Amino acid sequence: MKTASGPDSLLILVPAFNEEAAVGQVVREIRQVVPEVPVLMVDDCSIDSTAAVAREAGAEVLSLPHHLGLGGAVQAGYKLAFELGFQYVIRIDGDGQHDPCYIPAIFEALRTSGCQMVIGSRFLEDDSNHTSLARRLGIRFFCLILRPILGKPVHDPTSGFVGVNRAALQVFSKSFPLEYPEIEALVVLQRKAFQFLEVPCRMRRRMGGRSTITALKSIYYPVHVLLGVFVNVLKYERRRRRKQP
Amino acid sequence: MNNLLNFTTGLSLALVVLVLVSVRRAHIRVEYSVSWLGAALTLLVLSRSRRLLEDMARFLGIEDPPLAMLLLVGCLFLLVLYRVSMIISELKDANIALAQRVAILEYHLQSMHEETQRSG
Repeated sequence: MKTASGPDSLLILVPAFNEEAAVGQVVREIRQVVPEVPVLMVDDCSIDSTAAVAREAGAEVLSLPHHLGLGGAVQAGYKLAFELGFQYVIRIDGDGQHDPCYIPAIFEALRTSGCQMVIGSRFLEDDSNHTSLARRLGIRFFCLILRPILGKPVHDPTSGFVGVNRAALQVFSKSFPLEYPEIEALVVLQRKAFQFLEVPCRMRRRMGGRSTITALKSIYYPVHVLLGVFVNVLKYERRRRRKQP
Repeated sequence: MNNLLNFTTGLSLALVVLVLVSVRRAHIRVEYSVSWLGAALTLLVLSRSRRLLEDMARFLGIEDPPLAMLLLVGCLFLLVLYRVSMIISELKDANIALAQRVAILEYHLQSMHEETQRSG
């Protein structure tokens, strides 16, 4: 992948861990939708042939030397994209749940809205067929928590189908939540006085592999995320107060 | 009470020896042994000085000196664990940054290598 050029340079980022069953199809679909756009797959030290499959499908591969978790993998991709000079990055999961046909809509919103982050939201058009009741309740809970913090409603704060511009890329290159990063990342951006926008998109069932959120982790998840949100609010509130004369 | 104090003395001595041996064998770095040695020596002094222990119990408003010592032991080891958590967190952050940097450098190297092969 060459250094990015032009004011609208876009990179598609695909973080993946043991997704050999799905990642090839995901990369091929992305290349069909946006053939000119480079695709970077961040391999979070998979033990299967995820990297080889993605490379064969036409993606560039950034291989992490050991497993860092979703946040660490995404941040590595953000760092590389920032170094290469890309203006926009759209992240799409390697399990096939995100339909690449929505990439142009997210990119268009990023370019024209002036927002630093655009989220592909499955709930704007009530497309919650593939989401379990427990997960929907969890998302609703976080929507309620985030409403006063963000100052506006958010419908799908856990969506990993996210586009960011270069300003957000710079922030995330330096600081990005390591586990379950989506919700905390929203709070970090809001505290930096950045804006986000949601665009409707449909989610599909994963094409293969297993979700990293197991039954046990689904109990730990809300505790971890709530704590992360609380800490970020406190951290940035303190900095804001310090800056005020 | 004497039994408890003697047991604590033995425990703190064993901890001092264990930490020193671990440092000598390079299982624990010197800078990370300080908090363990500090905790062990505090326990050793308290368990051997009954007057100090009774003063401390009176200061804390606890009638039973061994209970005061147990409270102190708990607090000391909580502090040590807190310090260890801080160190682990710092190391994890450094490790993640390093792993990401290695991956990015490898990527650049691979790209340069491919570029050279294409042009050569």
